[in-house]
Amino acid sequence: MSTHVYADTVALTGRSLRHISRSVDTIITTALTPIALLLLFVYVFGGAIEAGGESYVSYLLPGILLIAIASGIAYTAVRLFTDLQSGIFERFHSMPIARSSVLWAHVLTSLVANGITVVIIVGVGLLMGFRTSAGVGAWLGVAGILALFTLALTWLAVIAGLTAKSVDGAAGFSYPLIFLPFISSAFVPTETMPGPVRWFAENQPVTSIVDSIQHLFAGEPVGSDLWVALGWCVGILVVAYLAAMSAYRRRVG
Amino acid sequence: MNVTSPAIRVRGVEKSFQDLQVLRGVDLEVAPGSIFALLGSNGAGKTTMVRILSTLLKPDAGTAVVNGFDVTVAARDVRESISLTGQFAAVDEILSGRENLVLVARLRHLDDPGRIADDLLAQFSLTEAGSRRVSTYSGGMRRRLDIAMSLVGHPTVLFLDEPTTGLDPETRQEVWQVIQGLARQGTTVLLTTQYLEEAEQLADRIAILHQGRIIANGTLAELKALLPPATVEYVEKQPTLEEIFLALVGTHATTESGKDQS
Repeated sequence: MSTHVYADTVALTGRSLRHISRSVDTIITTALTPIALLLLFVYVFGGAIEAGGESYVSYLLPGILLIAIASGIAYTAVRLFTDLQSGIFERFHSMPIARSSVLWAHVLTSLVANGITVVIIVGVGLLMGFRTSAGVGAWLGVAGILALFTLALTWLAVIAGLTAKSVDGAAGFSYPLIFLPFISSAFVPTETMPGPVRWFAENQPVTSIVDSIQHLFAGEPVGSDLWVALGWCVGILVVAYLAAMSAYRRRVG
Repeated sequence: MNVTSPAIRVRGVEKSFQDLQVLRGVDLEVAPGSIFALLGSNGAGKTTMVRILSTLLKPDAGTAVVNGFDVTVAARDVRESISLTGQFAAVDEILSGRENLVLVARLRHLDDPGRIADDLLAQFSLTEAGSRRVSTYSGGMRRRLDIAMSLVGHPTVLFLDEPTTGLDPETRQEVWQVIQGLARQGTTVLLTTQYLEEAEQLADRIAILHQGRIIANGTLAELKALLPPATVEYVEKQPTLEEIFLALVGTHATTESGKDQS
C-alpha cells in the first residue's frame, strides 16, 4: 500500500495556490496595512523617534515584515475553515490520499503568499530609502528566519482554522499577534520603555527576531539574539504543529 | 473475495453523539451492482450511516465491511474502493469544473487526468461550462459536477447522500438516469433519500431507517406485501404537479437540458 504524500501535497498545494492567484486582492490587502504603518511611522512619527544611528526606515522594516506575516497567516485560518464548511474536506478524506497533505497544502500556500507580501514590502522599503549592506548569506539568513516565523505562525493559524466556530473567529485570532511587534524593539528601542513593559518587550519572541534581522541587514554579527530567535520559532512551530495535528485528528475522527 | 459476497455488509452498527443515540444497531447488506436506498426522515441517521461507511466516522459498536474491507481496520482499502457524494455539493467554487475533475484524478493517482476530466465533462454535458469557475454554475450543474467527481477512477461502491435534495424535477430525472446507468455498468450504489418516489423509481432494495434502526428491508414488492392486500377503488386520475410541470416545460430529462446556463 503506497502513500503519495508528496504527489498529494503537490496537487493540493496547486489547488490553493490557484485560489490565491484568483484573489490577488488578499495578498495586496495583506501588504497594504504594513505599508501604511511604514509610511506613517517613517514620515509622521519617525522624526521624533530616536532609533540609534541608522535611518529609521531601515530600523523599522524588520518589524513591519513581522506584522505583515502575522496578518497574512489569518487567511490560512479562513481558507481552512471554508474548506471544512464546504464539504470538500469530506470528499478529500473519503479518498485514498495522504491525510496530512490536506494541511500541508495550506501551510505551503501560506509560505508562498507571505513570501510575495514580504517581497512587495521590501520593495516599498527600498523606495523609501531602506539600505542594507547584507550579503547573500545574510539575505538567506533573513529569508530563513522569516520562513521559520511564517511556518510557526501558520501552524497556529491551522489550529484556529480547525477549531473556530465562525469565520470571524478563524480570522480574529491573529489580532494579538499583529499587536506583539508594537511592544517590542520593532518601533522604538526597548531601553525607552518603563520597567515591566521593557521586561516584557525584551523577553517576548518578536524582539529577538527583529534584532536578529536588523543585525543581518546592517551586516553586523548577530550573536546570541539569533539563537533566541530560532529557539522561539522552532519552539512555537513544534508546539503549534503538535496541537494542530491533535485538533485535526479530533476533527476528522 | 467471493463473487457472491455482498458489496456492503453492516452488522449491529451503533453510533452516539454525546447523549444522542443516532444508530441503535443497524444491519444491512447490499448486493454488488445493485441500487440500495436508505429511506428515512430528517434525523433518522442516514447521513451518519453513510459517514461510517465512507470512513469519515468510526462506529461505537458493530462492524461495517465495504468491498470486503472493514471500515475501521482497513480504512485506506475502503477509500480505494468507494466514492462519496455528500449532502452538499463538495466542489471547489474557485476552480473551474475541469480543474475540479483534474484535481480528483490527480489525487486518485490516475494517468492522464486531463483526458479523464474531458470525458466526464462530456458525459455530464458540462463541456461548455468546463472552463468556467464553479461559482457561476447553477445548482443542477454543481450537482452533476459533484457526481462526476465521484466517478473519477470508477469506484466499485458509490455512496450518494440525498443526491437530489434541492434539485428541480428535470435535473432530478437526469441524476436518476446517471445512477441507473452506473448500476448497469456494475457499480454498487447506496443512496439515502427522504423522497419515497425516488426509492421507488431507482432502488432494487429499500431499507427504512427509523430512530436509528432498520424497521423494514426488502424489494418494493416485499415492502408492499407488508400492508394488507390492495382493495379496488375507483379514483379519478389527477396529473401530479410534477407531470404538469414537465409537460409544460416540454423536456424530459435529456442531455439537452444539460446546457442550462446559470
